Order: sequence, then structure tokens, then C-alpha cells
Amino acid sequence: MTRATKTYVSETVSRLKPSGIRRFFDLAASMEGVISLGVGEPDFVTAWSVREACILSLEQGYTSYTANAGLLALRQEISAYLSRKFGLSYRPDGEVLVTVGASQALDLALRAIVNPRDEVIVVEPSFVSYSPLVALAGGVPISVRTNGADHFKLRPQQIEEVVSPRTKALILCSPNNPTGTVLNQEDLAAIARIVEKHDLLVISDEIYAELTYDEPYTSFPAVEGMRERTILVSGFSKGFAMTGWRLGFVAAPEELLQAMLKIHQYAMMCAPTMAQYGAIEALKNGEHDVDEMRKSYRRRRNYFVQSLNDIGLHCHLPGGAFYAFPSIASTGMTSEQFAERLLLEEKVAVVPGSVFGDSGEGYVRCSYASSLEQLQEAIKRMKRFLSRI
Amino acid sequence: MKLTEKELEIVEIVEKNGRIPLDTLAKMTSLTVEEVEAILQKLEETKVIVQYATIVDWRKIDGHEGVTAMIDVKVTPKRGVGFDEVAERIYRFPEVKSVYLMSGAYDLSVVIEGRSMAEVAHFVSEKLSTLDSVISTTTHFILKKYKHDGTVFDQGDQDRRIVVAP
Repeated sequence: MTRATKTYVSETVSRLKPSGIRRFFDLAASMEGVISLGVGEPDFVTAWSVREACILSLEQGYTSYTANAGLLALRQEISAYLSRKFGLSYRPDGEVLVTVGASQALDLALRAIVNPRDEVIVVEPSFVSYSPLVALAGGVPISVRTNGADHFKLRPQQIEEVVSPRTKALILCSPNNPTGTVLNQEDLAAIARIVEKHDLLVISDEIYAELTYDEPYTSFPAVEGMRERTILVSGFSKGFAMTGWRLGFVAAPEELLQAMLKIHQYAMMCAPTMAQYGAIEALKNGEHDVDEMRKSYRRRRNYFVQSLNDIGLHCHLPGGAFYAFPSIASTGMTSEQFAERLLLEEKVAVVPGSVFGDSGEGYVRCSYASSLEQLQEAIKRMKRFLSRI
Repeated sequence: MKLTEKELEIVEIVEKNGRIPLDTLAKMTSLTVEEVEAILQKLEETKVIVQYATIVDWRKIDGHEGVTAMIDVKVTPKRGVGFDEVAERIYRFPEVKSVYLMSGAYDLSVVIEGRSMAEVAHFVSEKLSTLDSVISTTTHFILKKYKHDGTVFDQGDQDRRIVVAP
């Protein structure tokens, strides 16, 4: 880039750090025979019934725009789904918005609420997009570091330590990427008290809500008093194995939702029509498929986490998502050194915990959304690697 | 018989993969290897697990000749024994791979494997049609197997995901 064109890039964007995952991706993609535990998406292909519904919609010629908020039939299904699964009540007209992935939903939520220099609390280790999206919305991301010894659970005291008069919102993610940690009803109720005390808004990223394995799941807006101060963000990518469809949704009280809709109608118009038709089928008839996938993840989780502990990488049993987040402290390496050497020497790709924030240092993220055979081979290679170093 | 949750889980796993190592099975179900062994033994003894079989794609084997046919058989049931007696007479032939009692236009669905079409034709005309209770048969030869017992043959199963993603 010439100096002249470089100056066109905004200061905000210039200041953004490139994603740490990117460098790793380039390295791993250039090698052959790599077992990748670095993938943040299901290994299942979308259920055939969903793909078939999408094909049918194309055959019938449903290729025009939909309403800005998404097909009413889909919003009705989302509303019914949130009610039956999590006991939530959102009106399809006015309180539900269909988005291009949960990522767009997060972006909309932040842009709708952040004034310049407002602070937004991000819980680390965290999904890589939160802090950059806060910055792009003109806000200031404030990190809270959770503790590996406490299974990376967010505790009220940790919020108290960083909250200020400028704090506007808190981004929650349970089950968490990258730690797999699930906040149960008790944990959420404790957080709710602090949220109320400091009059915060919560953006609750529940994209992994379908994938919990031990305890019944509690959605944050289902906690007493929280519905009115929560923007619920979710989607079809993880639970329904529909990552490439780019389809998510938001449910929120009307005023907040209408603010997001305002941005959405100017910036996006609507989510892809064919994907919306697929999603209707997913919500109507996809529950059995999701149950089967959940069972399969659960078994692989049990196998993989036990095996990590067996080969000497301490790892708590994550309650949800499809990530194990073992400690590599015993190796004396940084997480980046560990991941790089493991990739180069044994061709196993894991993601260094440090890309998810400073508190992820000393850990690596391993996705167990891979076939059992791949996981077995990965464990074999990791064991060989550990015995050598 | 009523199975426990863990027993059911083990049945589901070994139904898809009969060769899964015991220690892997134990980790997947959060049980000890001894507990898994005991459960498998019980399932085998009670014939819940009837057999551990393998799905083979014979077309891949040079020199293999074989044909499979599905035969719709109409029969006259007998007083007291219904369809069971004639079904037994049919399934005792080793070339018969499966026999199902069906609802609908015919009674028994018989799957038979032979080395050639002539061999299957011979079985139908000489063994099957000559049984007293058999009223009629319709034979369908299988031209190509796409999916068998839940397994897709020639599965293009490469992982299309990008290597590292957030």
C-alpha cells in the first residue's frame, strides 16, 4: 500500500490488532496431514431436511428480500423456540430480529447502545470479536479476567473491580468460547444482582446454548429482572450446524430491538432469504438432529478431556460448547510456543489461549468437533510431543 | 428388558462401531473399563447385542461376483402358526440374508445373495416357489448399493472446514 492510500484507513481500524488466529491459520493451511483441533465450528453437515427446505425455497423462486426483521414465519418459530426451550417470552413482531449470523447481531447490539467512550465489559478469555466490535462502535472494551482455577467462571466481585460510571454494558458468553464454561442459574443470579446495582445492560451471547451436557441451561434473560436489561444474541451456526448459512437472531425489549433494526435496515436490509427458509425447517423439525449431535459431542468431550488429563494436560470438564481448554503450564512454554511446536513437530493444530486475551495465556483451545478417529490420533501425537519436550 | 442410560449409550456407540477400543468406550461414557466390559457381557448374554458385523463394499474387490435380490413373496398363513412357519422354512436357506414380515401388498420380503442371476433364479423357481404356502413371488435385483444400514458407500467424507477458525 502506498503511503497516500494508507492514510485513508480510519484511525479506529488502524488501531485494531489483527486477529491472532489468522497467523496460525496461514501456517496450518500451508501444511499437509494436519489434524486440526483449531476449528470453531461443528464437524456435522447441516441436517438434510434443512438443506432440502432451502433447495425447495429456491425451486419455488423465493429469491427476493424479506422484511427487514426477517420472515415473520421465522420470527414466529424463533419466538416459539425461545419459549419452549428457555421459558422466554418475546413477541415475533417487534422483539425478534433475524440477522446475518450472531456476529452481525453482536455488532448491531453494540452500535445501538454505545456512545463515544462508553465502556463495555468483556469477560476474558473471550471470543476474539468482542473487543474489536466494541472499539468499532466507538466504545472502550474493559477486560475482566476470569480464573482457570475457578473454571473461568465470571464472579460478581470481578465485575465490581472494573465497573465505573462510564460502564454501559457487559458481554456474557455462556457456554463460553474458548473455555466451554457454562454459568448455571446460581452464577447468573449473582451476576444479575451486580448488573442491577450498576444499572448495566447485558449482551448475552448464547450461540452455544443448545450444546450443554450436564446441567439444565439457564438463559440470562430468564433470570428474574433481567429480561428488560438483556439483548439476547443467538443463532443457528453451532447448535444446528449451520455456520456457512450466516444466520443468527436477536431477541430484546422493543425499544432496544427497534434501535438495532434501524441500523440493520440501512446497513444490511435483511438476512439471506434462502437461509431463512432453511432455518424455519430447522426450528420446526430439527430438534431430533440437534439431540443426536449433542449426544455425539458429549461422548467425544468425555473421551477427549479424560485423555488430555491422562497424558498430563490438566483440563476441567467443560459443561458446554465443543472446546476443551487444557492448561499447558506444566510444559513451561507460552501457549503460542506450545501451539507452534505442536503444529510443526506433530502436525496437530490447536489455538493458543493468548489470542483470547491475556488470561488465556498458559492454555490452548482444542475443539473436539472432530471424528473420534481424529481425536484418538491427536491424543497419540500430543502424548508423543509431551514425552519429548 | 429395560436398559440403564449408560447401557443404552453403549449400545448406540457399538452399533455404529463394533471395533471401538474398550478404554475409549469407557472414557466416552465416563465409566471404568471393567464396568464397560461387564455391561457388554450382559448385553451379549441377553442377546441385546446379537452380533458384531462388518459392512463390506464387495464391488471394490477384484474378481468378486455376486448379485443381491429382494423378493416380494405372497404366502398363505397357516392356522395357529401364522406366517412364522413359512418364514422359518425360507430363512433356513443360507443364501437368504434377511426375511421380514411386511404390511401392504405382499407378506414376506426376502433378501437373497447369489453368485449369479442364474443362481438366484434357480433358488426362486426351485426352492421358494415350490413351497406349499407360497402363492407368488416378484424378484427385484439390486443394481447398485448407495446406502446400507445407515452407511453411505463411496462417502466423499473430506472435511470442508477451514483449518483454524474463531
